[in-house]
Amino acid sequence: MSFVFLIFLPLLAALFVPLLFKKVGKIHTGWFVLIVPVVLFSYYVSLLPTTIHGGNLVSEFQWIPSLDIAFIAYIDGLSLLFTLLITGIGALVVLYSIFYLDKHREQLHNFYVYLLMFMTAMLGIVQSDHLITLYLFWELTSISSFLLIGYWYTRDRSRFGALKSMMITVFGGLMMLGGFVLLSIMGGTYSIRELIPQATELVSHDFFLWALVLVLFGAFTKSAQFPFYIWLPDAMEAPTPVSAYLHSATMVKAGLYLVARLTPIFAISGTWMWLVTGVGLFTMFWGSFFALKQKDLKGILAFSTVSQLGLIMSLLGTSAAGYHIDNIAETTFKYAGFAAIFHLINHAVFKGSLFMIAGIVDHETGTRDIRKLGGLMSLMPISFTVAVIGAFSMAGLPPFGGFLSKEMFLTAMLSLTEFDLFSMDVWGILFPVVAWLGSIFTFIYSFYFVFHTFAGEHKPDQLPKPAHEAPIGMLVSPVFLALLVVVIFFIPNLIGDWLVKPAVLAMQPFLYSSPEDIKVHVEAWHGFKLEFFMTLGIFAIGFLMFWTLRKWQKSYDLFPDAISLNALYDNMMFLSDTGANRFSRIYMTGFIRSYLVYMFSFVVFIVLGTLFLTDAFAINFTNLAPIGFYEVVILIALVGSTFTILFSKSRLTGIIALGAVGYSVALFFVIFRAPDLALTQLVIETISVALFLLAFYHLPQISRKEERMRFRFGNALVAIGVGTTMTLVALSSLSQKAMPSISEFYKETVYKEAGGGNIVNVILVDYRGFDTLFEIAVLGIAGIGIITMIKLRLTKKEDQHENK
Amino acid sequence: MMTFYWVSLILVSLGFTGLLFRLVKGPTIADRVVALDAIGISLVSIIALLSLIIETEFFLEVILLLSILSFIGTIAFAKFLERGEIFDRNNHN
Repeated sequence: MSFVFLIFLPLLAALFVPLLFKKVGKIHTGWFVLIVPVVLFSYYVSLLPTTIHGGNLVSEFQWIPSLDIAFIAYIDGLSLLFTLLITGIGALVVLYSIFYLDKHREQLHNFYVYLLMFMTAMLGIVQSDHLITLYLFWELTSISSFLLIGYWYTRDRSRFGALKSMMITVFGGLMMLGGFVLLSIMGGTYSIRELIPQATELVSHDFFLWALVLVLFGAFTKSAQFPFYIWLPDAMEAPTPVSAYLHSATMVKAGLYLVARLTPIFAISGTWMWLVTGVGLFTMFWGSFFALKQKDLKGILAFSTVSQLGLIMSLLGTSAAGYHIDNIAETTFKYAGFAAIFHLINHAVFKGSLFMIAGIVDHETGTRDIRKLGGLMSLMPISFTVAVIGAFSMAGLPPFGGFLSKEMFLTAMLSLTEFDLFSMDVWGILFPVVAWLGSIFTFIYSFYFVFHTFAGEHKPDQLPKPAHEAPIGMLVSPVFLALLVVVIFFIPNLIGDWLVKPAVLAMQPFLYSSPEDIKVHVEAWHGFKLEFFMTLGIFAIGFLMFWTLRKWQKSYDLFPDAISLNALYDNMMFLSDTGANRFSRIYMTGFIRSYLVYMFSFVVFIVLGTLFLTDAFAINFTNLAPIGFYEVVILIALVGSTFTILFSKSRLTGIIALGAVGYSVALFFVIFRAPDLALTQLVIETISVALFLLAFYHLPQISRKEERMRFRFGNALVAIGVGTTMTLVALSSLSQKAMPSISEFYKETVYKEAGGGNIVNVILVDYRGFDTLFEIAVLGIAGIGIITMIKLRLTKKEDQHENK
Repeated sequence: MMTFYWVSLILVSLGFTGLLFRLVKGPTIADRVVALDAIGISLVSIIALLSLIIETEFFLEVILLLSILSFIGTIAFAKFLERGEIFDRNNHN
């Protein structure tokens, strides 16, 4: 079965959504949409047996064969894991959204079209083997995410958040495209599968570091890493199902997927390891630290997502260390990749449920402000239970999945201190310390989220609506996810064997040949090791700090908003907008004079520069004809009348002098033996002088001042420059004539072939009649143009004037 | 004979230069217009003499044309100076 087409199934279904919404109004459109992820999920589950043993499946669909662009769906452990997350959580989110969004008040057709579009894009990202189609789907997630964040487009904050996320993720996406193109140039192929075996040659290529950094830009912006995380908190203006789906479980993991997928190519480089681990870990700390500042439930969750993504990112970076150690089976680095993927699953599950709970709280109380909430425990017992499970898993408490991944995370970070490459032995100690601090804050904000919402005293007077438990349909998805959180704790090795190990195999194909080689056994209890004491420390200090939270939370307000990253973004946007405006206003003066100065200066600059660079100056007087006396006289007349135009006081003098110039040119035509030209020149000159006089007569009285042209040094400089340039060009081209003229042919054949005596006229109408045809056309257009300009006056005022 | 042509040409050219001076300097517009008209006529003689010197009859048309143009041009200027416009407006419309 060519399952590549399944990627497009949601998009295809999206075509019918508006129809269903408009025609079948009685049934909530979401029920029809729900079929899509459920079908996809059940199909992809059937592929599991293939990947469990390290197998993979490929399905191709040619798109532009001549450019070697194809949709290639490549399913191995890593893609299948993501695919199952996307479709599985997608199904749950759609189910949740059916109860969350009202079918009468909301524009459901928009919502589900965007959501299905997004599903296609995500499936495309995780299954694409071709870099260009991967980029295509990548941008489609940016666009559909933009549409979903701005779903309530009448709100200012929604539009702002949508634009911000679009700007940042598309910026990263474009950078990533650059990285992809460099990769394909280096490797000679767009296929990731074919690039991976070349990894050892690629690393020595000049472009390697560029490609690495550019690709990481894409991954970091999408996965909300420092300093690009700022779009994620603003994306919380989206409907909660969207936040749960895109901004916790799927889209923000696209960057993680990319890092994991390209690890075999880039992990050889120390830069990769430092960047991914360092940025990830710093993001983890930063996100968890600032999560406590938030007053909005979804704001806390957004920062916690940032932090958890950083955690996974740092683990992915640490797993790269495995490439530099010979006997991976003996070292603790084998945990890093496993931990990354394992936590990725965990996070998708618990964060999805937490977002849904935040949505439920919002839906049933009317506010998400944590200062107004409290004491909901007895009113919303099921939501409370789910929230506790999710938050405790996030904090890393047993018996929830998060505990296991936290232990592995600490193990991996501790192992970095033993790593002795890339000056890790000096700085490595920082990693576990930062990780530990981040974990403490994670613990505090998890408790903050649950207990400040559900515990404490109930404040019904501050709530817009009386709080009560959510309808059962809304609770199905979070309860199911919460169950999964618990289940993962008890069967971690089953999850490990089925999902994680095949994914790790895809990440580290050089180290393992089959999933069975990855000898990681997850245990909830592994003795009194350092990480155990670190966990105890996290619990103890975290609990103490949570207890005293009210006392020190105020200190967050000490951080000035003016030097935050958001302020930086706002200022950058403001500057690029008004700054560009101001810059244009400097040179776009609106005066033709300025533009002419630019144009002529550039003509001088470019032409002289080219002549100089190519060393093309040449002045050679050997082949010139002798200068006659009469030519000198006419030249004097010509120059004299030209200067008269420049220095004339009245315009009329200028017009007459211009006529004199024209007649002198006609005289030149005479002495250079061009009778036809002389004839035409005389007639045309007379007519144009008459036209000038006509224009002169219609000048308004006020501007008829008899005034000499003002001297401007800049203008004079430009004019002299242009004159000198053109003289030099003419002299140089005359001195370096490359080929003889073709006019001999005309001379010989003008009578014999064309039957004419006047060679000029024969050229005009016979040899090169086409030019004449179009010059006639030009003349016709000019005539019609003049007539229309004179006759056609559309404004009323002028019309009246005409009728007088 | 050629010498005669050349001498005549130089004499006419001197006249031409004088007229050119009047064209540039000419205190009133009328001076300039008259100078321009005379320039047209001297151009006719210059072209005629040049045709003799380079021994061609192809420029005789130019001479005829120049005479007509010179006439029309002077009329146009004169009308312009007198009435301020060259073409009369058709009053029937």
